[in-house]
Amino acid sequence: MKARVYVTLKKGVLDPQGKAVLSALNSMDFNEVKDVRIGKFIELTIDDGPQAEKRLRQMCERLLANTVIEDFKVDTE
Amino acid sequence: MKFGVIVFPGSNCDHDCYHAIRHVLGQDVSYVWHKETSLKGFDCLLLPGGFSYGDYLRTGAIARFSPVMGEVKNFAEKGGPVLGICNGFQILTEAGLLPGVLMRNKDLRFICSHVNLRVENNGTMFTGLYKKGQVLNIPIAHADGRYYAPAETIKTLEDSGRVVLKYCSPAGAINDDANPNGSAMNIAGIINEKGNVMGTMPHPERACEAILGSEDGKALFESIVKSFLKS
Repeated sequence: MKARVYVTLKKGVLDPQGKAVLSALNSMDFNEVKDVRIGKFIELTIDDGPQAEKRLRQMCERLLANTVIEDFKVDTE
Repeated sequence: MKFGVIVFPGSNCDHDCYHAIRHVLGQDVSYVWHKETSLKGFDCLLLPGGFSYGDYLRTGAIARFSPVMGEVKNFAEKGGPVLGICNGFQILTEAGLLPGVLMRNKDLRFICSHVNLRVENNGTMFTGLYKKGQVLNIPIAHADGRYYAPAETIKTLEDSGRVVLKYCSPAGAINDDANPNGSAMNIAGIINEKGNVMGTMPHPERACEAILGSEDGKALFESIVKSFLKS
């Protein structure tokens, strides 16, 4: 099965990359853009199993996200 | 005294560390490949700068799972001195041996430049030969050096003297102008609670000889040796 992991910066953590993209968009006259936050999208192909969800969470906590600064969300299909 | 320089795939300051220890300090030193699982015979471990595993995912995130890191943790738990420089600092935070994270520099640029650092705590085994408040000239070379930690962690570090080095002006003032990368409270180097694991973004090993423009980093390694010989 496929698992889609979204890793995003926690609220309040400065995202200079997002700020740079925001100012680029604004300079292109997309003035409706008020904020940009950049995260990561990770797609995993894994063997399905009863523990899949739990193990995906462990993968995120131990490697895919740094929970000091990042939140994560996992979608499976 | 015997130093070990841990070499990860992508480390590139391992030779600088080796050179500083062997040829400037005259101490014994060996490289330790990241696949080693024994650290017997070493008195101090250095995690050098570089781009371990290409900085993929996050700096230090993959290196912390290298086979040698289990032993590095044991070594640190037993009180052995561990110094992480630049990428080594990033690895130590990812491994949970030091709090916080090193994030992308505020202006997104890789910065390679000499900076001024103020010694905030000279009561550590890494800084015993400096004076408190002394201003050091040591280079940085990083794109991900912005120290971040939750506010309560920063407060704990500050209150307990665990912020060892701060970016400062040539006169020693701590302000935004002297902060090259946007680090919280100008933090450049911290130490763990026990006082035996230190991380620093600036490169003391690149400031050990006059020909390199500064010798201010040398006393950091000499402090480690002095503290070892005393114990």
